[in-house]
Order: sequence, then structure tokens, then C-alpha cells
Amino acid sequence: MAAAGKSWAGHGIHWGRIATRELSTVAITIFGLLLVTFLIARVMPIDPVLAVVGDRAPADVYERARLDLGLDKPLWHQFAIYIGKVFSGDLGTSVLTAQKVTDDIKTVFPATLELATLGTLIGVLIGVPFGIIAAVYQGRWPDQIARVVGLLGYSVPVFWVGLMGLLLFYAKLGWVAGPGRISVVWQDYVTPVTGIIMLDAAMQGEWDAFWDAFSHLVLPASVLGLLSIAYMSRMTRSFMINELQQQYVIAARVKGLSEFRVVWRHALRNAIVPLVTVIALSYMHLLEGSVLTETIFAWPGLGRYLTNALLNADMNAVLGGTLVVGAVFIAVNLFSDMIGRLADPRTR
Amino acid sequence: MSDQPLLEVDNLRVNFHTPTGIVRAVRGLSFALGRERLGIVGESGSGKSMTGRAILDLIPHPGEVLADGMRYRGQDLLTMDKRARRKLRGRHISMVMQDPKFSLNPVQTVGQQIAEAYRVHHKASSREAKERSLAMLEAVQIREPARVYELYPHEVSGGMGQRVMIAMMLIAEPDVLIADEPTSALDVTVQLQILKIMDDLVTSRGMGLIFISHDLHLVQSFCDRVIVMYGGKAMETLPAAELADESARARRHPYTLGLLGCLPDLDHPKAELATLKRDPAWLA
Repeated sequence: MAAAGKSWAGHGIHWGRIATRELSTVAITIFGLLLVTFLIARVMPIDPVLAVVGDRAPADVYERARLDLGLDKPLWHQFAIYIGKVFSGDLGTSVLTAQKVTDDIKTVFPATLELATLGTLIGVLIGVPFGIIAAVYQGRWPDQIARVVGLLGYSVPVFWVGLMGLLLFYAKLGWVAGPGRISVVWQDYVTPVTGIIMLDAAMQGEWDAFWDAFSHLVLPASVLGLLSIAYMSRMTRSFMINELQQQYVIAARVKGLSEFRVVWRHALRNAIVPLVTVIALSYMHLLEGSVLTETIFAWPGLGRYLTNALLNADMNAVLGGTLVVGAVFIAVNLFSDMIGRLADPRTR
Repeated sequence: MSDQPLLEVDNLRVNFHTPTGIVRAVRGLSFALGRERLGIVGESGSGKSMTGRAILDLIPHPGEVLADGMRYRGQDLLTMDKRARRKLRGRHISMVMQDPKFSLNPVQTVGQQIAEAYRVHHKASSREAKERSLAMLEAVQIREPARVYELYPHEVSGGMGQRVMIAMMLIAEPDVLIADEPTSALDVTVQLQILKIMDDLVTSRGMGLIFISHDLHLVQSFCDRVIVMYGGKAMETLPAAELADESARARRHPYTLGLLGCLPDLDHPKAELATLKRDPAWLA
């Protein structure tokens, strides 16, 4: 028993060391991210003073605004102020919406989050099994079907699928709700807490609002999901083909295991390691916001917000959004690294 | 019935249909295996490994197995369905593979993999399977079975990995073991140790062993009989002792002599090693 206790303590120290290393990496990455966004803001040929006072302000007004903004201070001092503000949750005010960028992102990001999460979930739950079956029946008809579906998902433009989806499932069949996140009727029934309408509605017991939000979400998420299915199934297929050629798979068959167990327990368990990275990458890609999908479905998400901000040179919004996207990338990366470690004993 | 062979193979052929034609990996091999140690030697590509895979019904997809007869203890393997063939694997006919680094699943502990091999064929609680596995690890002379049970394959050495492999493949108590180059990936120093462990288990359980190797010395010292294969065919079958027997040279097939001639000998150094000469007529 003493030996067992010791080994558990050893495990604790080991994982502690890994956590420390990961966290220091995260800290350095976040610092780099802040530096880059700050420098981008400084080298942009957009005068932040003009954005405040307008281009017809007299010189003394212009000068006062410049001092107010702290632009006379040395660059490192400005950077320090910037970091301080970011950490106190102040990303400045958006010119376009005349609201705090933090508040904007609080409403816009959850919309993208729920879309991206459901899209990825659809992609993983359908795409991965599809890819596995394609790998097992390599070169035979299930593989060909998966290939065609993958090719379609890849090559048919999202806006076309989105519009056709709306035409069929919303306009003709009436199975799902139209553009937007929730119907006007239900808009005021749910108090935003997390900003994810379905979650908030469920927590507040507003089940009608919950289903309404769901029927708004399901079509755009499926459109993103289709793309995700295509990607996931192709990647899963190639990972699985690689694993199925390994010697340990033959050894598993020699033991007399059923083909089902060989594929789903032995090969898949190994293919999960690279798959986690691919899923994380695709999730991160969707979390940036998908402009086309968000535009077609009038989805007030991060992609549309950032695109609008960019087109209007709304720098605070652009940089704030960039920072959030960057932070989300770091978080998802960290999470996928940890899952990867759990899945692969060689990396522990 | 006791003198019935464990395994009978009659005119075994393994063909691969490829776009560029048919590749004949095994072209008519016949042998019977009793409770003995049968060696199969030959160069790379002589069909040794494919013979083992064909017996286990593990020839990969485009391959085709044909034979006039293939029986395990009188049961016809050729007419048996896939499911029944699978039930034979591990439980009755098993195989130790070449490199434990690749033939053990990297994400499962050694113990899980051994216990799994037991539980496929025996109704047993996970606890019982674990006890069996620990006993089996002890049987392959692993000193701390309980500790090794929890290790992952990358945490064990090659020699220990191969012992784990042997434990995994013998835990369901098969009658026939195919050892496909079981020591080729190991250091010379542990090769003999591993062979000894395998040999002891095979002998004490009265199993039949098919020892596939390209190493004439090993085959000579570990087997009772040897089949010399070339190009998918048996050139000859001889008692292992006669491989080294100078007086039996006259009876040897030229290919066997050729293989023997390629071996350097410490006691009789030669200025130049012989080059292996092959005669297409042997395959006719």
C-alpha cells in the first residue's frame, strides 16, 4: 500500500510539472499576442486622434485629444497602459456601435460559440464514424459514398448550401426557423447570462424559447457541420488507414478479437491522438466566426462583427476581436494538448 | 487419435491479384505438424511469413488462399467460416510476431493486452483475467509482474516486450504457435534468452511450434525438422541436425547447400563468401 501511495504522489508531481510548463507557455503566448495587437494598432496608418475629434478639429483640440489618449508617452509606457486596460476588461469603445467593445463581444461571441460548437459536434459525430467506415471498406462502395459526400461538402459553396437549406427547410417545408438567433416573440423572455440563448433559456426554464432558439440554430449549424463532416471524414479515414496497417492490429487479430473490437478499440483508440488536433483546429477555425454563414442566416456572430469593423476601420473593435480570437485559440490549443496527453501515454 | 497431426497443410498456395499480374507468394507447400518444433527457413520473399498468415486466415485483402487440404486436428480449415476461424486464433493457433515495438498496442498497458487475449476466449472476471496474466508474466520470467502489468509498451525494453508478446499469445493456451522471426528485432544477447523461454513453454505444454526464421544457426539448434523454402516452394524437408552434418551433404538440395555456404564460419575462415546461386528449374 505504501508503494501505491508513493506512486500516486509521484503522479501528482509529474502532472504538476506538466501544468507549470503549459501555463508558462500560455503566459508567453498571451504576452506575444498582446504585443502583436498593440504594434498593429500603432503601425496602422489610421490616426486614432482623428477618429475621436474628426478631421476638421482645430489644432489645439486635436492636441488635447492626443494628450488625453496618452499618445505623447513613450511606446513601452503606452504598451503597459494597454496591457493594464486589457486585463481590466477595457478594450475601448467601438466607433461603429458606440458601445464598449467588451460588451459587443459579450453578445457577439456566444452567438459564434454556439454555432461553432454545434457545427463541430455534428462534424465529429457524423464525420468520424463515416471516416472509420470508409477506412475499413477502403476502395469499396462505402468508401466511395464517403468520398462523394466529402467532395460535395468540400466543394459546394457554403452560401449556396445555406440558401438552398433556407429555401427547402424554412420556406417550403417549414421544419426550421428562418434567419436570426431567436424569434422576436421570445426575445425578451430570456435574460442573457452566458449569452448562449439555449443555455440561458434552459437555465431559466423557458422551454418554448429554448426550442425556438434551437430551431434557429439547427440549420446554420448543419451547414457548418456539412463542411466539418467532409473534413473530419477525410482526415479520420487517412488516420485509420494508417493505424490499420500497423503490426499491433495484426497482433490483435491473432489474439482472436472480433473485427469490431480490432477497429473500434485498438485502431481507433490510436487514431484519436492525431484526430484530437484536427478537431481542435477545425473548431478554432469555426470560432473565428464564419462570415458567409453568419451573413446568410443573419446571425449576429463574431465573424460578421469583425468584418464590419474591418470595413469601417473600427480599430478598437478589430483589435479587441483579434485579441479574443487569439485567446480562444490559446485556450482550445491548451485543451486539445491536454486531451492528447491523456490519449497518448507516450507524451505524458 | 493421439498420433493425428495438429496441423496438416496440403499444396498450399497464396496468390495476390495485382493490376500487373498475379504474384504467387506460396506455390504449393505441404507439411504436417505434430507436437514438435518445425523450422521454416528461406530468404526474404520466400513465402515463410505468408505461410503463417495463411494458416491464421490473416492474408490481407487482395490475397487469395488456395489449398488441396488444410486441417487443424482434423477440422477442415478451408470450409470453416470466418467466425470459426477467428475463434481458433489465439485459442488454438497463435503467433508471436517480429518486433514488440510495433506489435504491441502503444496506448494500452501491457497487462490490459494480455488480459484481453485471455478474456476473448474464456469467460472470466477482469480480476481472474488479471491473475492469469500476472501468472503468465511470471511464466515468461518477468521478475516484477505486478509492476510490469501496469507499464505501457514504450516503457519496456525489446526483450521484455517480446516476453510480453509471448505471454499474450500463449495465455489462451493454444496447441500451435507460429513464431514469425521472433528474435530478429532483438539484441543478440537477449535472443537466446527469449528463445529458451519460448522453447520451455512450448515443450512443457506439448505444443507444436512453427519457427519461421532466416537464421540457419537458430533453426538448427532449436528445431526438430526444417523446411527450406525458396520462391514459395519447399526445396526440401530435413531433420535439423542434418543441416550441420557434413556426412549428409550429398543428400542435400543445392539451394540448402547454397544457403549454408553463405554463412561465415569462425573456425574455418574463408577469403571470400560464396554467392547464392539460384536455379529457375527449382520452381518448375
